[in-house]
Amino acid sequence: MRKKAYLLVILLLLVTMTLAACGQDSTQEPTQTTTGNQSSRSTLEVVKNRGYVIVGVNSKLPGFGYLEPDGSYSGFDVEFGRALAAAIFNDPNAVEFRPLSAKDRLTAVQTGEVDVLMRNTTWTISRDTSLGLNFAPTTFYDGQGMMVRKDSGINSLEDLDGARIGVQTGTTTELNLTDHMRKLNVDFEPIVFEDLDSVVAAYEAGSIDAWTTDISGLASRQATLADPNAHKVLPEVMSKEPLGPVVREGDDQWYDIVKWTIFATIEAEELGITQGNIDSFMNSDDPVFRRFLGVEGDLGTNLGLSNDFTVNIIKSVGNYGEIFDRYLGPDTVFNLERGLNDLWTNGGLMYAPPFR
Amino acid sequence: MRTVVPFWRDNRIVPILVQLFFLVLVILLGGFFYNNLQVGLDKTGMKLGFSFLNQSAGFSIKETSIQYSPADSYGRALLVGFTNTIKVAFWGIILATILGVFVGIGRLSSNWLVRNVAAVYVEIIRNTPLLVQLYIWYFALFMQLPKIQDSIILPGSIHLSNRGLALPWLVSTSGTRIWLAFFLVGIVAGFLIYKKQTEKQLITGIDRYPALWAMGALLLSLLFAWLITMDKPFLLTVPTVDGLRYSGGYRLSPEFATILLGLVVYTGAFIAEIVRAGIQAVSKGQTEAAKALGLGHSLSLRLVILPQALRVIIPSMTSQYLNLAKNSSLAIAVGYPDFFSVSGTTLNQTGRAVEIITLVMVAYLSISLLTSLLMNIFNKRMRLVER
Ligand SMILES: N[C@@H](CCC(=O)N[C@@H](CS)C(=O)NCC(=O)O)C(=O)O
Repeated sequence: MRKKAYLLVILLLLVTMTLAACGQDSTQEPTQTTTGNQSSRSTLEVVKNRGYVIVGVNSKLPGFGYLEPDGSYSGFDVEFGRALAAAIFNDPNAVEFRPLSAKDRLTAVQTGEVDVLMRNTTWTISRDTSLGLNFAPTTFYDGQGMMVRKDSGINSLEDLDGARIGVQTGTTTELNLTDHMRKLNVDFEPIVFEDLDSVVAAYEAGSIDAWTTDISGLASRQATLADPNAHKVLPEVMSKEPLGPVVREGDDQWYDIVKWTIFATIEAEELGITQGNIDSFMNSDDPVFRRFLGVEGDLGTNLGLSNDFTVNIIKSVGNYGEIFDRYLGPDTVFNLERGLNDLWTNGGLMYAPPFR
Repeated sequence: MRTVVPFWRDNRIVPILVQLFFLVLVILLGGFFYNNLQVGLDKTGMKLGFSFLNQSAGFSIKETSIQYSPADSYGRALLVGFTNTIKVAFWGIILATILGVFVGIGRLSSNWLVRNVAAVYVEIIRNTPLLVQLYIWYFALFMQLPKIQDSIILPGSIHLSNRGLALPWLVSTSGTRIWLAFFLVGIVAGFLIYKKQTEKQLITGIDRYPALWAMGALLLSLLFAWLITMDKPFLLTVPTVDGLRYSGGYRLSPEFATILLGLVVYTGAFIAEIVRAGIQAVSKGQTEAAKALGLGHSLSLRLVILPQALRVIIPSMTSQYLNLAKNSSLAIAVGYPDFFSVSGTTLNQTGRAVEIITLVMVAYLSISLLTSLLMNIFNKRMRLVER
């Protein structure tokens, strides 16, 4: 008996010691493994050391972020992740995509599980200020809509009195819905699911009368319904949903890199530079082109990237308009209008600050 | 001569040392995690605090047992979620126990069909994940019911559609409370009279009609209730389809029905095994003795076997009840606003991860501790039966 106790003490001592040692290790480890935020090591350094950038994306929204059957990712949001990889590594495939649900995505950015989130995430003041996050320029201006069956006789939000409305948890959608319906004095029952697929399945079964999310999300999922033509999106737009990339607060250089990667695609469209014709601009005499393409000046190196990072981006994924058309344009099932997402010169909101 | 025992071999000191080491270990671990948390929060510039609970929640919950509107606070919203969890856990535990006991007994039945149906049920349910079962109940059962316009109407105005189950229900009138009070008085009085009359009957051997007396007492007090209120005790409302919803009656949402059914069927299978094991643990001699006394199958089960089996059953039952309560947090998968679901929404709106996860842990811990406590009390009482 005594011997046993003796042994136990020794064992415990050992355990305590190793644990204490582990404790020390793991307090130091994050400096090496987690991304960003350490003053000693910038996110860019960490990413470069790792050899690829980790991007949080959607996996269930065709056209925006979608996990293809072959295991690759495709979509509008996903493409900006590739643009970022191209800007840093001159290789659009130097990226690892992590599928994130609406509920988990912001925590994943906060904890550094992903370097950047590119997943239809709305820029709001509370997310920006109280969650320790920073929002890069909006890549898609959206609004919240409501989908109903055409044969339901529902033609406006007021007709939804008594309806069961499906919504996904962890979204701005959840709050907007209540706000808006309270204003209209419409009594409804929210059915909150964790998984978007469940929302859509319950809607298709007719157990819920309508479901709501960003109009882009509605369009994306409508295309995958059994009979897309049996459904419609109500004309009312319930909110403003500027969707864009998110990074963690505290590393301005990294924030700048993400921002200017987005701006580069917009600026390229404005300048008329495309994936196909970019080479013809390399010898341009126009200082605007020369600076943008890094032939002149040091815009890229100031960011901590190579001077021709814009060239790498455009060559890999094309300009903003090309990305939009590839995934959402007239040749796709979604056939979305550019609308607000057109260049400012065409009456839209896409506007890049000067590259100078 | 006393030999001096070195302290590390001293029987009185070693246990204390062991305890001390554990304490240090726990403190070290706790300190490490706390430090980690602080460092992490400092980096993102966030501060801990629960004042957000007083802010207006802004999201709506329709399935509630207490009054709630979106203008209420997050604290209130969480309370709504908590009562919803309690509601599922409470009914779940009761129904799962009933199901489990029947199936458990059924597994030992001498009837081939009953025995095998029970066995198949237990094996299938125990060996598939609960989440999958919930999806099957929700999407393959409830969602497949007809739409509300084509509700199945069962006798007694019971409406069934993929919008839920609507039952005729009672609504209170001005006199309901008085009726209720007199009803309770009647029950208590009836019970007391019943006991008294039975006692007398046992002593004197003359029939004292205890049941009749008890009924009389109850009826008398109800008569008083009627004389005072001059009103019906309640009204009956019958559900009708009203546009997109049922009005009148009581509605059971498919979400609640799914999580309840899912938990009951799942936990029932485990309880059945516990019941079966408990019965089999009672020695065969007891059954034979009961038979020898001339007790029939069901009587010997009720009077001899089950009371003894209970002592084996109750402790394992407790852990099934705890599982059921905790498993109810899967409710969000089928859209039922339980505590976990509401806290998820709150977390999303406020970003208060640490505080909310703490609340979630405290909430489930208290449900578990309360369940354990009640079961332990019950267990103690059962043990006293032992002679
Ligand atoms: N823009 C909104 C909603 C974004 C969102 O998560 N939308 C849902 C509905 S379209 C979605 O993408 N769900 C896919 C998933 O979680 O897998 C926000 O930032 O809160």
